[in-house]
This record gives sequence, structure tokens and C-alpha cells, in this order.
Amino acid sequence: MNRWLRVLAPLAGLVAVILLFAILTGSPARYLSGANLRVVLAQTVIVAIGALGMTMIIVSGGIDLSVGAVIALTSVVTALALHDGWTPIAALLAGVVAGGIVGIINGLAITTLRVVPFIATLGMLGIARGVAKYVASEQTVNPPATWLNELAVTFPSRDWMLFAPGVWIAIILAAMMALVLRNTVFGRHVFALGSNEAAARACGINTSALKVRIYALAGLFFGLAGVMQMSRLRQGDPTVAVGVELDVIAAVVIGGASLSGGEGSIAGAMIGALVMAFLRNGSQQMGWPNYVQEIIIGVVIVLAVAADRWRASRAAERN
Amino acid sequence: MWNAGVSPAGPQASSPALRLHAITKHFGATIALDGVDLEVAPGEVHALIGENGAGKSTLMNVLSGTVAPDRGSMIVGGTPYAPRGPADARSRGVAHIHQELVLCAHLSVAENIAMGVEASRGGWLRRDVMNERAATLLAEFGRSEIKPSRRVADLSLADRQVVEVCRALARDARILLMDEPTSSLQRADVEHLFETVRRLRDRGIAIIYISHFLEEVREIASRFTVLRDGRSVGTGELTSVRDEDLIAMMVGAAQTRVSVPHQAAHEPQSSLNGTRVPVPQEAMPEPQSGLNVAQTLLSVQPSVQPEVLLEVENLSAPPRLRVASFVLHRGEILGIAGLVGSGRSDLVRTLFGLQRATGGVVRLRGQELKTFVHQIRNGFGYLSEDRKGEGLALQLPIADNVTMSRFASCSRGGWIDRVKQNVQTGEVMQRLRIKAPGPRGITGRLSGGNQQKVALARLLHQDPDILLLDEPARGIDIGSKADIYREIARLASEGKGIVMVSSYLPELLAVCDSIAVMTRGRLSPAKPVSEWTADSILQAAMV
Repeated sequence: MNRWLRVLAPLAGLVAVILLFAILTGSPARYLSGANLRVVLAQTVIVAIGALGMTMIIVSGGIDLSVGAVIALTSVVTALALHDGWTPIAALLAGVVAGGIVGIINGLAITTLRVVPFIATLGMLGIARGVAKYVASEQTVNPPATWLNELAVTFPSRDWMLFAPGVWIAIILAAMMALVLRNTVFGRHVFALGSNEAAARACGINTSALKVRIYALAGLFFGLAGVMQMSRLRQGDPTVAVGVELDVIAAVVIGGASLSGGEGSIAGAMIGALVMAFLRNGSQQMGWPNYVQEIIIGVVIVLAVAADRWRASRAAERN
Repeated sequence: MWNAGVSPAGPQASSPALRLHAITKHFGATIALDGVDLEVAPGEVHALIGENGAGKSTLMNVLSGTVAPDRGSMIVGGTPYAPRGPADARSRGVAHIHQELVLCAHLSVAENIAMGVEASRGGWLRRDVMNERAATLLAEFGRSEIKPSRRVADLSLADRQVVEVCRALARDARILLMDEPTSSLQRADVEHLFETVRRLRDRGIAIIYISHFLEEVREIASRFTVLRDGRSVGTGELTSVRDEDLIAMMVGAAQTRVSVPHQAAHEPQSSLNGTRVPVPQEAMPEPQSGLNVAQTLLSVQPSVQPEVLLEVENLSAPPRLRVASFVLHRGEILGIAGLVGSGRSDLVRTLFGLQRATGGVVRLRGQELKTFVHQIRNGFGYLSEDRKGEGLALQLPIADNVTMSRFASCSRGGWIDRVKQNVQTGEVMQRLRIKAPGPRGITGRLSGGNQQKVALARLLHQDPDILLLDEPARGIDIGSKADIYREIARLASEGKGIVMVSSYLPELLAVCDSIAVMTRGRLSPAKPVSEWTADSILQAAMV
């Protein structure tokens, strides 16, 4: 019951945002049209894929601030690979694996150097951004056109696909991650780690190895988000995606995750990502300036978490 | 070693499930374990008893692999045992049920029970198997109404304890360590727990059972070992000893009569109470003032004035504090005795507004308090038992720590006058004889005793009417103890009201005017200190 409420509340928020803008724009048919829906979904892909990894990290009681920089780095890696004549699939894998390697380094810094996740990944934010600029020689990398460029387009070239391939990839991965978090030993250990690390350790769970695995797996998702970024811009840009980590964290938190760990869901994070995308899109359609969007999204983040805390404290009082 | 009626055949005829020999463990300068011997046979419930701080919990941590001993040998099932960690201990069949519950509140009952040994196929959970196994264990415990799919966060404290026990059982434990498993249980749940313990015993599992409640110990255990100051001081059959003997072993045979610790401190060579108190030279106050301390204490004792300062009626703050009533006069030092976790700390914390009271009336100088929010303004001062955790900001200078609750006295318009702050700090430092480079010395670099004095110095600077002191002199050198006792007595003679929580009975008996005992959240009526002895306090605390 409580678990359903946790997903239903953000969902209700999403519906409210959509309805609000459908009315405000004065033409619900256009706002809710398939075309606009595709625009919104295509815009959501990068944050949504990042949120898959971030949900896992936040549920485990950690945080990753390096996402934006990793996206820039892996977009450059993918573009460079294509530029050097790699096949598109190999280039895609190169980007994803690069993200995974960054994740392993984050995990090792947290476990072996005993640096708290906030600081370890704050350091990585600078390192990854710097490496991205270095490997790209401080320029954008323009790869030859391949099907990778089609991944995150707004309107797919084949009509039967309905949405961009990237949207479908995100949906499939989200379903998989939801299952993994709920139904695998690994997934439950992630929750156990975030819920009570001492208990997890007392039960014989190797928490250090688990953390490295969590950050590595999340890194793969951030790498894929970087590939999507490359696809959207059709180039690798080392200065792109500044501050995206905050959007990703906001999506996860709006979806009901607790930064103190143990709570959160993939479904919630996906809804959170959509809430932000619809807010942006609606504001654009209203012709509101950029700063208004920023203020609105800021308010929504705080309100969403406040509502969640209020619900949690009421649940605690009932017991 | 005090042996009580060891059966002629020796401890047990069969080979022991567990044998400890001369286990020693130091934490820095503190000796937690000082040569513990322990032997437990399969199918035996062995009670481990001792006062707070006797080393029971450390011993459990050694056995469960979270703490490595400095010296000594352990044998489990006939082979040497040196666990590298909790997982290793578990694989040898040693399961630990912790005093504080360690469960993942966000996860389900079944997930908690199976944690670390989840039923799975290719990494995917087999929830049906896990739920079934959990249901079986819960049913064996007689608590099948706890559904395996429920979130632990939604369970009561007692139900969580049940889950914790089931988790230990889920892994085929051969040696079960139970650290005060009943401290948060109701009587009916205790019955269930005992049935389970007996069933486990009959299966041949060796159980080490720690409890403060002698009555309970007699009900469930057959043999006992008493720990005192990290040493095993007695072992034998429970049927062959009386409660008085056990208590005598716990407090030290000759110590059961009142002993004033500062007298012991100042005459280290005399054996006032049969045990010689080792006093490091530098920790010794000058002998002359030492004599004064004892005299001051004695002369100050009758400082109780007729005026009632604080009246507490049926105060409750669940889950631990059930009901407490007392009256505190001006100049009175009221001691609160009781076991750790009995609700002693909850009483003072509730009075200071750190925990929510659900019932009761508190009158301050005859006026009923509506809320507990402005307790500092109301003239309350609180000394936490957790000096490092919530008592002091260790990275800050002494001056900041001392003046923190009354910055107003040394600041203007929000700006701190450092000269004034240093002068004021210097005064209380001198009064308490704090050894430090100066008011701006970093608090964390001081010795434990001096840190504790800084915590008390803050109360002096705050100048409250009512002082709530939780373990004001625990774990510090004996010279600092004496200074703190002297200051408490002086505060009382100045007309303050003092509530002092302590586990150390000689200290309560020497310092307090009256004493009340907390037992399972209920506070006994306060009686003058002359009507108490260490024995009667312990007996009251353990019923």
C-alpha cells in the first residue's frame, strides 16, 4: 500500500503538470499531440538513462556528481571512435565501457581511499571533464554520419518505430533495472546497503565490493547517456552536459528516493525525469524565458521532497 | 577465580562447542578484556552476567568476528577459531543477535531474515522460497502472524527482535550469542523467546545468553560465568548459587559495602575495599586538597533545602520510559540508578526536551510546564553521556565549547568578544582545574577527563538551576572524577537541583542525597541514600 503510494504520488504530479500546461497553452490537442510527445520523450532520454544508474547509487546511500562530465567524456570517446573508422557498434561500446571504467575508479576511490562519495565524485567531475577536453584537443569532434546519429532524434526515420530508438532503449533498460533492483540478490543488497550498512556487513555482505559494482554498473549507464548525447548533437563535445548530474539527481529524488539511502524506485525516477521534461517543454511552449523554467523546476524539486517527507513522517506516526 | 559448585565430572563430559582461554583486548589505554575464560557445551544455555562495562559486549564482538582479540585462544567445535570477520564467524556457525537491532528497516521481513544467504537461481531471488523459509521460522517462534512480506519499518520493536532471532536461526547456527535479547520485549514475547531458546538447546546448539535480569537467567540458563572488569571471576551451576552470591561476584565481594571512590583515590596504597585502585601519579590531585574533597563532600551532604524545584509526575516517553515520578529540592542531588537501556537516559533527555513526552506532568517551581521546548531558558542544563557524539564539538577551542549555550554573555550584536570569552572560560577552567594550554586550546586534544570537565564547565557557564547529568564521571581518570564530584557537591550547596544518572554504584552512594532506581522504564520511589546499599540497588534494578 505504502509502496504504491510512493509511485502514485509522483505519477499524480506528472499528470498534474501535463494537464496544467494543456490548459495553460490553450490548445490541449497540440500540447498532447504525438509530435509534441515525441519531442518531450527525445529530450528525456539522456536524463532518464542517467537516472537509471543514479537511482541505484542513491538507493545504496551514495551519490555521483560526475555524471555530466562523464557524459561529455563518453560522447567525445564515441565520436572519436567513429572518426577513427570504428564500426558504430564498436564506438557505442567504447563510450559505454569508458563510462564503466570511470565508475570503477569512483568506486575504488570511495572504498579503498575511503573518500566519501560526494567528494570522490566531485573530484571525478573535474577529472573527467578535463580528460574529455584533452582527448578532444579542446575542440568538438565531428564523426562521419552513421546510424548512431539516429538513436536520439526526435522523429525516427522509420515511422513504425513511433519514437526514437533511444526512447525504446531507455524503456527496455528501465524495465530491466526495475526487475534487477527488485528481484535479484544484487538488487536487494543495494537496498540493504543503503538501509543499514552495518546490518549488511554483519550479514556477511562484502560492502566494499558491492559499492564498486554499483558505481561501475551506474557508469555503464552514464556512458550510454553520453552516446545518446553524441547522437543528439551529431558530434562529440567536451563542454556539453554541464550540470546534467543535478537534473539526474532531481529526477531520482522527485521520484521518491531518499538521499539517505534505502528508498527509491526506477519507476519513480522515470516519472521524475518526465516531470522535468514536461515542465521544460510546457514553459517553452508558453514562451516563458529560461529563468522562469529554472525557478519552477527548483520549486518543484523542493516541494516534491517536502511532500515525500511529510508522507513518511505521517506513516511513522501511524505505527 | 571463584568457583561455585562445579560438578565433579568437570564442566561437561562431552567436548565443548566453544572454549575461550585468556582472551585479552585493549582499546588504547582501556582494558576491555583482561583474560576471559569461558567454556560452553553443545546444548547448554550459558548465562554471561556482569555489571555495565564489565566487558560482555566486547566479548561478544570478539566471538562474532567484529573485534580481534589481542591475546588468547578460541576453539570452536574442536578446531582453533580466529574469525576474520562476521561472514567468517557465520560460516563457522557462530551467530550474534545484537543488543541494538541491526535490521534493514526498508526491506521486508523475509529479505532481512535471508540477508547474506538469499535463496537464488542465477542471481535472481526466489522469493517464494525465501518467504516460505521465513514463514517456517516465524511459525516455529510462535509468531506466524508476522507476514514475511511486511516491511520491517512497519513492525513493532518486539516483532523486530523476533525477526533478528529468526535471521540468526536461518543460517544453521551452532553457537548462538544473545546479547540482552529481552531488553525490549514484553513478557509474552519473552516466553516465546524462551521456548525457542529451549528448542534450540535441545537441538544441541550452544547458547551464550547475556542478561541483567537474574530471574530470567535462572529461568533459561543452566550454567553461568560472571565477568567483572574484563575478567571472568566466577563460573558454575546456577542451581548452586544464590542471587546474593552472584551480585557479590559482579560488584566484587568486598565492594558491596559503601566505598567512597575519592577516598580510595587519595590513599592508593590502602586497600579500603579490598581492591587496590591504581592511580597514575600525574592524575593524582595534591594530597591536601584530596583530603579536603572528602571532607567537603561529607560536610556538604546535608545541603538539601525545603524548597521544591522540580516535580515530575508520571512522566512517560515510550518506548523505553514508561513512568517516572520524583520531587527535586533545592540543593538536592538525586541519583538515578538502573541498567543501561532501562530508560534512565530517556528520563533526563525527555526532561531536557530531546525526546517527546507522551504523558505526565512536570512542575518547575510549582508552575506546570506546557512544553519542553525552551528548557535552557527555563533553567535546565544537560550533560550528555555521549561526550564525543553529542556532548562536545571536539574540533573547536575550549572557549567555544564552554560558552556555547550562553554566547550572549560574551557577545554584542552577534559579535563575539574573544577577550571576554577567554576570561570567562579561564574562570571555569580554573574552578574545575582543567589542564589545557589555554582557553583557545582544541578540545579534542585534551585527555578524556579534561574533556569531560569542559562539558561540565559549559553547564557552570550556562548557570542553570537544574542540572541533568548523565554519567558525569564515566570512563575518566580518578583525579578528574574527584574534581567532578567536588563540583557537583558545590553546585548543590549553592542551591542547584541535580539529577545524576550513573551506572557506578559507589559513586551514587557517595555523592547523592537520595536515589531512585529505574527498572524496565519504571522509576522506583526515591529514598534517602542511607537506606540504600549497593546490593539493594542492584537487586531493585534486576527484578
